[in-house]
Amino acid sequence: MAYVQREAILIKKEKLNSTVFRFTLKEDVISEIATAGQFVNIKCGEKVLRRPISICQIDKKHNCIVIVFEVRGEGTQWLSQCNQHDKIDIMGPLGNGFNTEKQGKALLIGGGIGVPPLLSVAESMECDCDAILGFKDIETTILVEEFSSKCKDVVVMTQDGTYGEKGLVTDALVKKLETNDYSVICSCGPTPMLEAVSQIAQKIGIECYVSLEERMGCGVGACLVCACKTKSKDGEKYSHVCKDGPVFNAKEVVW
Amino acid sequence: MANMGLFIADVFFKNPVITASGTFGFGREYNELYPIGKLGGVSCKGTTLLERMGNPPPRIVETPSGILNSVGLQNPGIEHFIKEDLGWLKSQGTVAIANVAGSTLEDYCKVAEILSDTDVDMIELNISCPNVKEGGVSFGTSASSVENITEQVKMRSSKPVMIKLTPNVTDIAEIAKAAESGGADAISLINTLTGMRIDINTRRPILKNNTGGLSGRAVFPVAVRMVWQVAQAVSIPVVGMGGIATWQDAVEMMLAGACAIQVGTANFTDAYTPIKIIDGLEKYLDDNGIKDIKEIVGKAEMW
Ligand SMILES: Cc1cc2nc3c(=O)[nH]c(=O)nc-3n(C[C@H](O)[C@H](O)[C@H](O)COP(=O)(O)OP(=O)(O)OC[C@H]3O[C@@H](n4cnc5c(N)ncnc54)[C@H](O)[C@@H]3O)c2cc1C
Ligand SMILES: Cc1cc2nc3c(=O)[nH]c(=O)nc-3n(C[C@H](O)[C@H](O)[C@H](O)COP(=O)(O)O)c2cc1C
Repeated sequence: MAYVQREAILIKKEKLNSTVFRFTLKEDVISEIATAGQFVNIKCGEKVLRRPISICQIDKKHNCIVIVFEVRGEGTQWLSQCNQHDKIDIMGPLGNGFNTEKQGKALLIGGGIGVPPLLSVAESMECDCDAILGFKDIETTILVEEFSSKCKDVVVMTQDGTYGEKGLVTDALVKKLETNDYSVICSCGPTPMLEAVSQIAQKIGIECYVSLEERMGCGVGACLVCACKTKSKDGEKYSHVCKDGPVFNAKEVVW
Repeated sequence: MANMGLFIADVFFKNPVITASGTFGFGREYNELYPIGKLGGVSCKGTTLLERMGNPPPRIVETPSGILNSVGLQNPGIEHFIKEDLGWLKSQGTVAIANVAGSTLEDYCKVAEILSDTDVDMIELNISCPNVKEGGVSFGTSASSVENITEQVKMRSSKPVMIKLTPNVTDIAEIAKAAESGGADAISLINTLTGMRIDINTRRPILKNNTGGLSGRAVFPVAVRMVWQVAQAVSIPVVGMGGIATWQDAVEMMLAGACAIQVGTANFTDAYTPIKIIDGLEKYLDDNGIKDIKEIVGKAEMW
């Protein structure tokens, strides 16, 4: 559980579509110790609470991390107005990421703004990966090239069929499972999608990990605000997304 | 260099900066960033006799210059605290304050009794939590029940007892006097102010608990006023909190009558806030030729 609170330098700012930005941030310590699926907690101007954003790529050679975020409200709006060379106060790397020491073949399933963190998984997974990426439409489709260069096979699904195939990621998942044996599924996206993916994985008996979201306070496990219900042999309890997660074994999550 | 140390009920604090209950866990997480031994004290997460699940999420919402929370006292229970956290915290070289809550009078007394046989330095009696259905704040809103619970807990505990007051009352001075006459060794205030936010699209409260407790800079003026009123009304030490985020806030709170201060919500914005406040206070004293931090306590001059 090592992490720092420091000023990172925004060295590259890109706009991926009308509401999604990609920031390359230079910060020695965070880039050094971060692992796939962890997140950073970002101070956004005068906001009281930091905003959690997943790490999308880790570039240890250049001491950088990449984040991709969507403008949702005032915090991410403020962040999107930062410019190259600006200093951004970030805390991280936080939480437990995905286990990338896997054999066989992994399947990454991302939905919408849940897609970016899976790129760091594709880059560090010890075995081959396939990916299913789901978006609303062509406008919101991001990072397809990046995934294509890191994964064996990438299927893109859009709800309106304007890019890739028309349908949901679960439609693609069912199809994929007919012809492939996967050792693990890693997923990030909206909760209903994660629940549907988990159910399919559980039925087939594939290990499945999901990255959850919840409103956070401290981000480090001290304030117990970001509760999510989990189950174990001792019964149900509230775990915390920031410290016990954000990545959980899907069979422990109470949906 | 000016003297920053002080005593509260025979317990020595190396400086007047304490981290507030519920915002700092048991100190482990923040010890990753700086040695928590630099702090005057740590008030631990509210602890009950038995483990508590807490409220369903969402448990937090940001408001202008503040937050509402509805954690609902999630904690692993007093035995777990004593076995897993207290020893570690004590070994960090800071004052360990146990924040105690309960559903019944007997709960409070039992926990206080159990803590008597431990190394804990002090008990902070949380009769001011607005986020639980039973107990909590209901003990803290009438003078007679405050006096009663203070007396009962004092009888069962050998540790100094600090009573933490809720701001959700009409006459804070009356409540503080009741705690003093019940035998309290000190008073801390303020806990959170009950609040609520509603999502205008879904027409539902944002917090699953519907209501929550307001903290952060938004409550600071209310906290200063209440600490001032309480400091006028009692002669036991008063520990002030509510919205403190800078050393200037800390000075202001001490001028109002607080002999020490607690920092809560500001930890979320900047984890180094308590350390910055300690450094800022030291410099303020030196710059103004003040030899001892105690010299500023209650020194605001009223019109
Ligand atoms: C572990 C984790 C990783 C995340 N990674 C990404 C990412 O890589 N890219 C991305 O675009 N978004 C990500 N999010 C969601 C992102 O944190 C929110 O979109 C953001 O906090 C919204 O802030 P705001 O001020 O713009 O919006 P507002 O709606 O004004 O925010 C109000 C409050 O609610 C909180 N909040 C709102 N939505 C969410 C949410 N979905 N999850 C948690 N808290 C929320 C905010 O932090 C803030 O405290 C992640 C969330 C979590 C918990
Ligand atoms: C997330 C959160 C949890 C809290 N939990 C407790 C608690 O367990 N016991 C308690 O006495 N006060 C608790 N409080 C109240 C704080 O200790 C403090 O009284 C209050 O937040 C005002 O100070 P601040 O504005 O500096 O945060 C909590 C506050 C927050 C924000």
